[in-house]
Amino acid sequence: MKTLKIKNKKIVKTFAIQLTALLSVLLLVFSGIGCLGQNAGDSSVVLSGSTSVLPLAQTLSETYMNAHNETLLSVKGGGSGTGIAELIDGSNDIAMSSREIKDSETADANAKGIEPVEYEIAKDGIAVIVHPSNPVSRLTLDQLQKIYSGEIKNWKDVGGEDAEIAAIARDSASGTQEFFNEAVMNGTEFRADLITQAATGAVTQEVTQNSKAIGFVGAAYQSNSIKTLGIETNETTVMPTEENILSGVYPLSRGLYLYTDKNPKQEALDFIRFILSADGQKIVSETGYAPVN
Amino acid sequence: MTKHSLRDFRENFMKSLFLIGGIGTLLILLLIFAFLFAESFNFFKTYDFWDFLTGTEWKPGASPEMFGLLPLLAGTAAVTVGAIIPAVPVGILSAVYISELAGPKTADILKFAVELSAGIPSVVLGFFGMIHLVPRIQSVFDLTTGQTALTGSIILAIMALPTIISVSEDAISSVPAALKQGSFALGSNHWQTIYKVILPAAVSGISAAVILGIGRAVGETMAVMMVTGNMAIIPGSDIFLSSVRTVTATIALEMGEVAKGTEHYYALFTIGAVLFVITIGINKIAEAVKRKHKQVT
Repeated sequence: MKTLKIKNKKIVKTFAIQLTALLSVLLLVFSGIGCLGQNAGDSSVVLSGSTSVLPLAQTLSETYMNAHNETLLSVKGGGSGTGIAELIDGSNDIAMSSREIKDSETADANAKGIEPVEYEIAKDGIAVIVHPSNPVSRLTLDQLQKIYSGEIKNWKDVGGEDAEIAAIARDSASGTQEFFNEAVMNGTEFRADLITQAATGAVTQEVTQNSKAIGFVGAAYQSNSIKTLGIETNETTVMPTEENILSGVYPLSRGLYLYTDKNPKQEALDFIRFILSADGQKIVSETGYAPVN
Repeated sequence: MTKHSLRDFRENFMKSLFLIGGIGTLLILLLIFAFLFAESFNFFKTYDFWDFLTGTEWKPGASPEMFGLLPLLAGTAAVTVGAIIPAVPVGILSAVYISELAGPKTADILKFAVELSAGIPSVVLGFFGMIHLVPRIQSVFDLTTGQTALTGSIILAIMALPTIISVSEDAISSVPAALKQGSFALGSNHWQTIYKVILPAAVSGISAAVILGIGRAVGETMAVMMVTGNMAIIPGSDIFLSSVRTVTATIALEMGEVAKGTEHYYALFTIGAVLFVITIGINKIAEAVKRKHKQVT
């Protein structure tokens, strides 16, 4: 009995030692992983946010990385709100946004010691899109507002066929959605039976295959498989062309922005300088957006 | 170090390794639990509990903001029920076929197919649904949009099937051969044996399979979000043909823009807690069923 007790004590002691050893090994391994992540983070620039800016940022980053091997740019979507939230949390270097930063977001950022700096990199129009078979070719802003608030429910009320309207919008993290809300809705609520999609690509996909659908997307997402509606203002119909967006004649025009902290990584700053250069702005125009410079 | 103590060392080392694994899992679960419920508690400081539980409108953009759980719960219930109705019979029949009727070669091929389909990422299924299912559902039923609860149900049924089949198949295969032989010896034919002996003996495992399938359906996010249209309204009588929004899709759609510390932020955690409670409930039911009908082995 006595010897057994001693042995048990010994086991407990060795057990404790092993446990400490194991924990320290685990700790070392994890801190090692942490260091690795940090090192990789130093040479790379993370962009996230608006899916309206996404196609542009992707093309720009590919061109930029071809010329600058040492910089690694990673671009992902999520929506303008997500991008700015991540800038505030410090989990990206550049936030992409299709709307200006809100005062509340600036305040949140300042509270965390981050001062957002704005760069307008392009102008974009919001194209109102329908299925190619839809006979309607233009709407007034008032009609658009009534369609999205649920007052107009049938295409025949705006000169189309007798068919119910399937109104498609984005989720609330979308800058396009937020801009549309401000520019078109005038404080009225969206209809309750609004089809909500998590990405611009999903909006165009549904409009491509649904003859009763209406949606709104960044002008760069226009294609042959969908029909863009003109916006009727003062008896004239304007299309979201580069010229009309730049001159501001097209009523649903907006700026596209990048936000960084006041002291960004050098690589991030270099990338933004490239975007604002003549070469960068040429790509902006080629991708379907309107250049700012 | 003697040979003996070296063995002790190894023994204890492995013991502590497993202990850390076990404690780690428990700790993570407890942390999630505490975090979810602490945030939900914050929500109910400013929002009435009954308004949340019985509210029929989910409108975070409106003023005042409305956080009614019912439309989301209705959405989750619609797609889950719609998925389970076809998936359970098909799943159980397939399991019976694989373990009782098919030849060894066919069974192997089928088992392989089931395992393979369990590995299809949900976003792939969602994409398939968006491109191929949505337009067909719209034209077949002549709807305003093909993004409906039914579309989500079909995708979920495909996702739940592998779980239901493989777990039921395990249960059926572990019914002892003696029972089956006894049934044959008493003059029953194969169908009678399956129906009267094998299925009742395996009912515990089969129920577990069904409940696991339901759990899979309730928790799925991505695939459902891509095909159900995400309308946060309580569907009418044509529940399966209207667009719905599930609890999980709401969290995924709205978490991106929500500012920390707002009522909306806490509301999303609260519906997360609701999901957690539902999952615990489903697991409890599975346990109760298992206790009531012991697997015959």
